[in-house]
Amino acid sequence: MKSLKIFGTVLVATALYVGCKNDVVSEHKTFPALEPINLDTNAGNWKPILLSKPDEIAIATPISATSPDYKLELLEIKSRQNQITEAERENMNYWSAGVVLRWNEIMRELVAKYNLPPYQNPDGTYPIPSANNPLAYPFFPFANPPYAARAYAYMSGAQYDALVAAYHYKSKFRRPRPAKTDPSIKQLIPMTSDFVYPCEEAVAAGASAAILTLMFPGEQEYIQTKLNDCNSARILAGGNTRSDIDAGVGLGKAVAAKFIARARTDGAGKAVGTTADWKFLKDRTEARGEVAWLSQETPQRPPMLPMFGKVMSFLMDTTEVVNSRPGPPPSTQSAEFKKELEEVLWFSQHPDRDRMKIVHFWSDGAGTYAPPGHWNDIACEDFVKQRWSEVRWARNLALLNASMFTAAVCCWDAKYYYYNPRPSQMHADCKTLTGLPNFPAFTSGHSTFSGAAAKFLSHVVPSQASKYMSMADEASKSRLWGALHYRSDIEVGMTMGIAIGGKAIERAKTDGAE
Amino acid sequence: MNYLKSLCLTPLLILGVSHSKAQTDMDGLMMAKRNLCGGIVVGQSQWNHYWEGTLYRNNQNIGTFTSQTAMAMANYGVSDKFNIIASAPYIKNQTSAGTLRGQQGLQDASLTAKWEFFSKGYKHAYVSLLALGSVSAPLTNYVADYLPLAIGMQSKTASGKLMIDIQRNRWFATASTQYTQRGNVTIDREAYYTTEMIYSHLVAMPSVLSSNVRFGYRKNAELIIEAVYDRMNTLGGFDIRRNDMPFLSNNMEASRIGLNWKLPVPKLNGLSWLGNATTTIMGRNMGQSHMVMTGLVYQGEFKSKNTPKS
Repeated sequence: MKSLKIFGTVLVATALYVGCKNDVVSEHKTFPALEPINLDTNAGNWKPILLSKPDEIAIATPISATSPDYKLELLEIKSRQNQITEAERENMNYWSAGVVLRWNEIMRELVAKYNLPPYQNPDGTYPIPSANNPLAYPFFPFANPPYAARAYAYMSGAQYDALVAAYHYKSKFRRPRPAKTDPSIKQLIPMTSDFVYPCEEAVAAGASAAILTLMFPGEQEYIQTKLNDCNSARILAGGNTRSDIDAGVGLGKAVAAKFIARARTDGAGKAVGTTADWKFLKDRTEARGEVAWLSQETPQRPPMLPMFGKVMSFLMDTTEVVNSRPGPPPSTQSAEFKKELEEVLWFSQHPDRDRMKIVHFWSDGAGTYAPPGHWNDIACEDFVKQRWSEVRWARNLALLNASMFTAAVCCWDAKYYYYNPRPSQMHADCKTLTGLPNFPAFTSGHSTFSGAAAKFLSHVVPSQASKYMSMADEASKSRLWGALHYRSDIEVGMTMGIAIGGKAIERAKTDGAE
Repeated sequence: MNYLKSLCLTPLLILGVSHSKAQTDMDGLMMAKRNLCGGIVVGQSQWNHYWEGTLYRNNQNIGTFTSQTAMAMANYGVSDKFNIIASAPYIKNQTSAGTLRGQQGLQDASLTAKWEFFSKGYKHAYVSLLALGSVSAPLTNYVADYLPLAIGMQSKTASGKLMIDIQRNRWFATASTQYTQRGNVTIDREAYYTTEMIYSHLVAMPSVLSSNVRFGYRKNAELIIEAVYDRMNTLGGFDIRRNDMPFLSNNMEASRIGLNWKLPVPKLNGLSWLGNATTTIMGRNMGQSHMVMTGLVYQGEFKSKNTPKS
């Protein structure tokens, strides 16, 4: 029967055309196990960020390798290795890519989860998330770009300081790997160090978990699960015993406590500002004869973290931030401004698929890991190939994130000092190609973050320097092409960012790691 | 959120609601051998409320969402029992509020094979059973990861459908159910969050199950008036988070009711006027669309033999 034949052919063609349903595999799940080329055994002498010295926080002397208690610990490894499950093996392989990397990813995920602006109240005002009640709507935090930049910086900084301390103690106590003491213990993944007390992975995990708990207090159960998984992987892998891990988590948390104490007093708690602050910013700009920024949301949303420019970052103090503030953007009455606005309008009215691809690649708006998260993603993909030790991973991420935290502070300082309008406010048809952020235009956050990140990354992975700088340029231009920013916002932002990245490089040259 | 564009089976749905008895992939009628039917339908769909997960809400930064469609379609009778249907829509989407730029362009082409594998006249009714297979693919490289303004999902699809049509005198009822598999979509971003972080340009699209029931009056496939109930739901997907934007792989559902008609244009043999009004009564992660469509189709034959069934 002819119809049947044709129909059968169509069915077969159809099946081939769409193919079997393809699962989408998150590419990061398949990172290889970390096998450092250089163990950086001298990292105990590197300069920490907040610790006054590597042994500022004391840890207990490990029990002897010949003690009965230690033999019991070795037995725990052996008994768990004997009954390892597929899920445990998968967990072990996941963490083997590097714990500094994995905790960075966990923070990115939580930033994306919490990066949503709260819905308005019935009266048109907006609720402000509360750290004391994180699970009630609006969930705490609203992990917007400045919040995220600061969170990444604290976690990476704490990981780094904790690992410097850990490397100091590892060299001091020189406890060998479990397999050296008991050859019947298998090492199921590549080992990242010769001395194992305290467990460096647990140190990084303890520090990370403590900072994550501060930044995402509604996620304690999830964070604790990850901490347990991370530590469990170490025992199963035959890399560490229970006492290595307990000492590590304790040290990590103690170091994190120093960062937490700083975070509580760095001014971020006041960054939301008050109604009086918001009015002052508007009045000050209008007193200069300029058009003040207005939220383009309905109902009008208060500006995002207007006092964030006063937060204490890691690379510049508040006076330096003010002193390095760029000069004003073109006056809204000037011919130059008109020309810049026309340029934005042209891009808005002539969306081109190639430019849109770049706009969307870099959108990093609500519901994403934010621009600093994107640069952590870019950095980590390349860091994986460098095969650095955990401590060098942490050091490079700490300085990368310190530079983006500082970029956020400097950028927010400029935004709220000038408080200038977005293109959409100045021209009704300046429609945007991605979400319009709810804060003033000058300077572009994307450009400042990207300039800082690309400059610093070019220093630590010089072979990729031209790639980083062209990516930053693209990120910056995407904001003009998306009709979110004027040319002066992106150009000045990029210059600022590159200068801030330079500050991180200055520190990198003197911290003992190069 | 707008089902016109938020499903890859858009052309099918448009046909389904607007083009009821012109021998489409939603009805139980067949084109006679060597007959060709072609036409243009235009429509407009609007919503100012949508379901964020199951929460029914408006959004003052969207205002009213409007989608306008112009679609070319054709149906050819390979045999009395086997038809081929093709269609391609041009879509323009915009919002009345907010700063986002609207989008427009050619969306997805679809091709359907329709086979009446059983038909029999009983004492009180005439019954036919049909099987349909469809494929669709994007015609242009439009941006998909830009909901609700994206004009489509940028996903290749394949669907299979079973249908029963029962007619008694000039009254009829048709029921069908369809399964659609949707290929992965490549987006411009390199990472995205659903209920977890996914580091990939690819988005896995949940399959879609849809069903359609219609009944009404028809006279010689030329005058048709019918009421339609239509329901679709994705098999999987996730809910839009509170105050987030929609995403391609959301868990989408919609139930719609509508009225379709096809009337002969006087004095112009072979030309028919199509019309449709549809409204969404329940949904999930989609806009509550209200839609009207109208169109003209012309049916002619390549050779003698013009005996449309029914």
